[in-house]
Amino acid sequence: MTTARAAALVLAKELRLEFRTRELLNATIVFALVVVVLFSFSFDPTSAESRRLGPGLLWIAFLFSGSLMLHPSFGREQVNQTLDALRMAPISSFAVLLGKMLANFLFLSAAELVLVPVFAVLYNVSLEAVVGRLALVIALGTVGLSVTGTVFSAIAAHARMRELLLPLLLLPILTPLLIAAVEATASLLALPPTLDRAWLAFLLGFDIVFLTASWLLSDFLLEE
Amino acid sequence: MPKTRVLVQILALALVFFAGYAALFIAPDERTMHEIQRIFYFHLGCWTAMFAALTLAFAANIGWLLQRKPHWDWLGVSSIEVGVVCCTAGLLTGILWGKPAWGIWWTWDARLTTCFVLWLLYVSYLILRGLIEEPGRRATLSAVFGIFAFLDAPLVYASNRLWRTQHPAPVLFGGPNSGLDPIMVRVLMISMLAMVIVMGMMLIERYRLERLRSELDELRVAYQTRSVRESSARSPAPRS
Repeated sequence: MTTARAAALVLAKELRLEFRTRELLNATIVFALVVVVLFSFSFDPTSAESRRLGPGLLWIAFLFSGSLMLHPSFGREQVNQTLDALRMAPISSFAVLLGKMLANFLFLSAAELVLVPVFAVLYNVSLEAVVGRLALVIALGTVGLSVTGTVFSAIAAHARMRELLLPLLLLPILTPLLIAAVEATASLLALPPTLDRAWLAFLLGFDIVFLTASWLLSDFLLEE
Repeated sequence: MPKTRVLVQILALALVFFAGYAALFIAPDERTMHEIQRIFYFHLGCWTAMFAALTLAFAANIGWLLQRKPHWDWLGVSSIEVGVVCCTAGLLTGILWGKPAWGIWWTWDARLTTCFVLWLLYVSYLILRGLIEEPGRRATLSAVFGIFAFLDAPLVYASNRLWRTQHPAPVLFGGPNSGLDPIMVRVLMISMLAMVIVMGMMLIERYRLERLRSELDELRVAYQTRSVRESSARSPAPRS
């Protein structure tokens, strides 16, 4: 079986599992909304301030909700030792990792799809003109978040206090991604909106570096 | 303790004292910052030692994944722990120097931020190790995390560099008009060498400690398995 086919099967399994309950997705979306609302209490921003603070707020909300929702990706497999079944399957360990990365990318994207319009309405930021470019920036940032997050979910799954450990490991690693994504988003929310290509290239570079690293190290992550 | 090691330690200690003396009394006075600038020799020495330790840790992490020899794991954790110590010293001396030189303790400049993020990354490496019980798995997973952290360092630096910077431009190999007084360069080299040697000495001791700890763990496991076997042999066999 090719890696792509195996990854597609793992992805299908993850989606089926999630859409039986939708508990992960619902909790993540509500958590991200809580962050957005709490932010308005702590800063009380005007429309001009929202343009300045908005990108940071948006990405902090994505990163926090990502670092919480990525834990079940491997944590769920611990409950019934289903990770052993995945290990025994005649597929490469990168296929397992890739399938989970894709699933996490889709879950995070779904949460962001809800969050961005809510943010635009609550903070009076009009996004119509930049929707396509904003989607590109968010997609590249989300790829980096899901790639590193899935790898660290596999690491944290074997530790004690894993729910606390995952954000601790993940958030410092993501600082370059946070800076690049916030700056790229800020360039889109500025008047007039322009897309900062240097930061876009940086995001792409981040994704490539860590996707390659996880491809090289995937066997060690899943070994018994 | 073997005699050669005592001799090496005495020589290293002498070099450290000489480096301190040279930084305080031999190096010429700096034009704008005067005496304050003398912390520079120690500050840069800490960072050199940290980079040496973390590069060694990266090599050790890869070594463990490829060869699975326990000494790679001991080297990995020892050099990261020593690297964190050097990083802490570098950050603290930087803060002490920043207040009189810049008027502020801290600024979110590229190099300062990078070192702070590095400190956080490697402290979380040490926390991660403490939270995984099984030794083989602990070694593998922390090695993978160590490699990710090391790959992240240049990205953290590049992103912050693109973002904003306030720290002075590199004084060594930094192009024309960036040079140091030749005596300053010599004192700096001695201080860097001294700090790397101090780091190396701490690393050797920490490595020995890690090896002893791992041997003790093995003995403890062996003792427990034996005592369990003996107690089951002594207890009467269940009657059928």
